[in-house]
Amino acid sequence: MKTLAFAKRTGKEILLDPLNLGFGLGFPIILLLLLSAIQRSIPVSLFEINHLTPGITVFGLSFITLFSATIISRDRSTSLLARLYTTPLKPINFILGYTLPIIPIAVAQTIICYLFALILGLEITVNILYAIIFVIPVTILFIALGLLFGSILNDKQVGGICGALLTNLSAWLSNTWFDLKLVGGVFEKIANLLPFVHAVDMERAILNGDFISALPHLWWVLGYAVLSLGVAIWLFLRQMKKN
Amino acid sequence: MIAIETKNLTKKYKDVVAVDSLNLTVEEGELISLLGVNGAGKTTTIKMLTCLSKPTSGDAFLLGKSILSDTDEIKSFIGVSPQETAVAKGLSVLDNLKLICGAYGIDKNKSENKIQELASLLGLSKFLSKKAGKLSGGYQRRLSIAMALISEPKILFLDEPTLGLDVIARSELWDIINSLKGTVTIVLTTHYMEEAENLSDSIAIMKDGKLLIKDTADNIKAIADTDNFEKAFIKIVKGELL
Repeated sequence: MKTLAFAKRTGKEILLDPLNLGFGLGFPIILLLLLSAIQRSIPVSLFEINHLTPGITVFGLSFITLFSATIISRDRSTSLLARLYTTPLKPINFILGYTLPIIPIAVAQTIICYLFALILGLEITVNILYAIIFVIPVTILFIALGLLFGSILNDKQVGGICGALLTNLSAWLSNTWFDLKLVGGVFEKIANLLPFVHAVDMERAILNGDFISALPHLWWVLGYAVLSLGVAIWLFLRQMKKN
Repeated sequence: MIAIETKNLTKKYKDVVAVDSLNLTVEEGELISLLGVNGAGKTTTIKMLTCLSKPTSGDAFLLGKSILSDTDEIKSFIGVSPQETAVAKGLSVLDNLKLICGAYGIDKNKSENKIQELASLLGLSKFLSKKAGKLSGGYQRRLSIAMALISEPKILFLDEPTLGLDVIARSELWDIINSLKGTVTIVLTTHYMEEAENLSDSIAIMKDGKLLIKDTADNIKAIADTDNFEKAFIKIVKGELL
């Protein structure tokens, strides 16, 4: 009940912020429409709707990190967290309360992206459902990054690091906007060591029904999600004690 | 019955002693003001008493429960209104109050009754659906106090509750705090002399983490040989007695 009360609050505060809705939903949809329009004029295989949609859905999730980190850093700066630390809420209530409500928001965001993709010509298959389900581990990774950055940065820093740097990095290193093989070298190696390209490639493979190819990418995503969540929980507990 | 008893309560940050062997007793139902200049140790004392910060040495007992070993029990019967308003500004007044009810595990029916009761007491009834961030500073403070009271605490901590408020908002908050006197033990920190003098049953003056005196406002003035409480405070803090 305590976790639910805190989770309800987190969800409401994210959904009531028009900027969150604008960036989280509006921006990925605009990109989807824009890149599809480009593809119609100048056909590029990278921007074919079955190739583009998984990348856009993963890119959209990078805003989840921004929402999550912003709410935590704001709670820290306004002393709301300090007040809540004097109540019977336990660390697990805080961590779940910050994490759980964002999962359905991220899934809803993904579903809306796929609905637009269907309008733009994506073929209806059961694989869309699997792609939506497998977005959950990716979501946990991005939420964990939010918990991590929200625990160590103030709200202005969160805007810079998560709002600008992370969204751009996760886009450039994800194989969505350009083929990483075209750049090659160190850039490609770094991209392959990070989870973003694996998240996109996993989703693409699932959407195309190639589950065997999706598996190695899933391990990368899960590994990063578990690692990020572990570090995030440690940092959150550390700042809680420091308070 | 004793509500709060500190025993050589000490907090050090590296080389700085923020609270130095504080020995303080507060009776149940008493309203005590902690008074002192910046860095006197008031907020650090509150942080330790509300289990936000562990003492370096010493202990404190709230209704007989130790802040070192009984934090869960203490958290169930205290209410805190921190120095900053500490409300969820993106949520409505009602949702803020519901959040705290949920944090204490208060059931739905009781929550609804308590919210109506406190909204009425603190003049928040017509603002229940308004976003907390859209309220004036005075009403945000009222909401902060309502959030601290919703769990029916036995001990209420108000850290500089009227800081930054205009004269009218401050006077209205004083009326609210006065109406709570006797029903709950209140520990209040403030910079305002008249606030401490008007509201408190007793006043504890701190300097450099040490307790200089704890007595009624009248006795403090008598000890300092002046009719003016502010002059008495200055004399005591400057060590001009005797």
